[in-house]
Amino acid sequence: MQFGIFTVSDITTDPTNGSTPTEGERIKAVVTIAKKAEEVGLDVFALGEHHNPPFFSSSPTTTLAYIAAQTTTLRLSTATTLITTNDPVKIAEDYAMLQHLADGRVDLMLGRGNTGPVYPWFGQDIRNGIALAIENYALLHRLWREDVVDWQGRFRTPLQGFTSTPRPLDGIPPFVWHGSIRSPEIAEQAAYYGDGFFANHIFWPAEHTRRMVGLYRQRFEHYGHGSADQAIVGLGGQVFMRRNSQDAVREFRPYFDNAPVYGHGPSLEEFTSQTPLTVGSPQQVIDRTLGFREYVGDYQRQLFLIDHAGLPLKAVLEQLDLLGEEVVPVLRKEFDALRPAHVPEAPTHASLKAAAEKKVAAEKKAAAGEDAR
Amino acid sequence: MKERTLAVVSAGLSQPSSTRLLADQLAAATREEADRLGVRLDTRVVELRDHAHDLTNHLLTGFPSEPLGQVIESVAAADALIAVTPIFNASYSGLFKTFFDVLGDAALVDKPVLIGATGGTARHSLALEHALRPMFAYLRAVVVPTSVFAATDDWGAAAAEGPLRNRIRRAAGELAVQVSLREPAVAPDPFALSTSFEDLLSGD
Repeated sequence: MQFGIFTVSDITTDPTNGSTPTEGERIKAVVTIAKKAEEVGLDVFALGEHHNPPFFSSSPTTTLAYIAAQTTTLRLSTATTLITTNDPVKIAEDYAMLQHLADGRVDLMLGRGNTGPVYPWFGQDIRNGIALAIENYALLHRLWREDVVDWQGRFRTPLQGFTSTPRPLDGIPPFVWHGSIRSPEIAEQAAYYGDGFFANHIFWPAEHTRRMVGLYRQRFEHYGHGSADQAIVGLGGQVFMRRNSQDAVREFRPYFDNAPVYGHGPSLEEFTSQTPLTVGSPQQVIDRTLGFREYVGDYQRQLFLIDHAGLPLKAVLEQLDLLGEEVVPVLRKEFDALRPAHVPEAPTHASLKAAAEKKVAAEKKAAAGEDAR
Repeated sequence: MKERTLAVVSAGLSQPSSTRLLADQLAAATREEADRLGVRLDTRVVELRDHAHDLTNHLLTGFPSEPLGQVIESVAAADALIAVTPIFNASYSGLFKTFFDVLGDAALVDKPVLIGATGGTARHSLALEHALRPMFAYLRAVVVPTSVFAATDDWGAAAAEGPLRNRIRRAAGELAVQVSLREPAVAPDPFALSTSFEDLLSGD
């Protein structure tokens, strides 16, 4: 199982002292956080994409390539890459490029983006969100698998004899996760292609996640990619830890109360019971996270949000220490012990390459058998 | 005898409230009229005051608390709805509006609805026609022709068998007929897949 962190790249005033990091400070802080994630033994760092303040991450592949150059094992991903407002040709190019530079340590999570005003800045309309996600991915999927593409659709200039460069590393496209909170069409899309499905999970009741993952698993089996419990599922989570749980609650409360997404609404206690947010000791995070499996089944990737709402870098790095030293080693062991042998790990570049080579070898063998007859 | 469900939503704020009193009288009369038509109505009353904080939280977080979620589901699944609000500043109360803002835009489609309101004087009565009725029309509910307004005067002893009783009976009769004519309601499932992937791909 893979463990990691994801960041939405918000630049938020620290409510406890009124200070706001500059864009430069926050950008460098996120690089520090990513490097620390590798250092403490996490597997994945995923970065959001936004094109409006108070977020900085308009250019995720630039940031991820810079992090790739300073890490050796960390898998770089996104949370999410906007499949609606980005040109699928540019996504194909950018992420294949990143794949080469990072020696295959790249996958990506596609999402629609739910900020209405962003769409027209890129010549699109939020009311076409689902249609854009479906059509743009259909093109992206081909650009990474066919050397020369002729294509025509509703939303983009037609392509004639187009080759997206560089070609994916070793001819293996980056693995794709489709992220969604409550759009069944996206669970269906992930199932249709046999791609991964990432349930945002945070900020929402577990029931949403249970329903969406259930739908994805059922349709994954329907499309013949394997049994429902072999589908590739990722989940978000949100934690704030101190050794003593009362300290965690006391320290996190002002950040919670003023957070951009849910602040000034339900109490920390209400939100903790209604959503996967866990504020407490490392043991509480372990227990809560193991519980996710009870309503989504055995899953492949767990990402935690630990750096939003104005939390200072120091506190975030302390979260990473606790994750790396106390939480993830236990979760790894427990989840691995619970998972049946026929449930796969999340695909990596190496595993996808090995599977492709095996397929080619099998085809060669079959062809040789034909010739011999 | 057919079995159907009736949801009653009251946005009254005080205890006891004249809004709840009107809602109860409308519900009792509707049950009687439905009985006459061979329909047994199972009634569930929702006091929005009990969910006021959860309604605000729903606006801010985008999802309901568990108790509010159950209320929303029960109203969406009901075969008929009686909705009663006090009139504030010539319109429905903010609490009343908030509930229908978070209910979901498909929850009331083709659902028979009886609207009622209370206020100090009869001068507020047309708020039913210029505020409540358009909102429910927008939500594609089937609002029965008679709406019921009760002013302070209507609750006086002299009015016990007066015009308010007649309006209640007429409105209840209209709602009962609508319920008796319909198949049981089916609540929409937001997680259900409604198109095939081939249709999505082809842009239909």
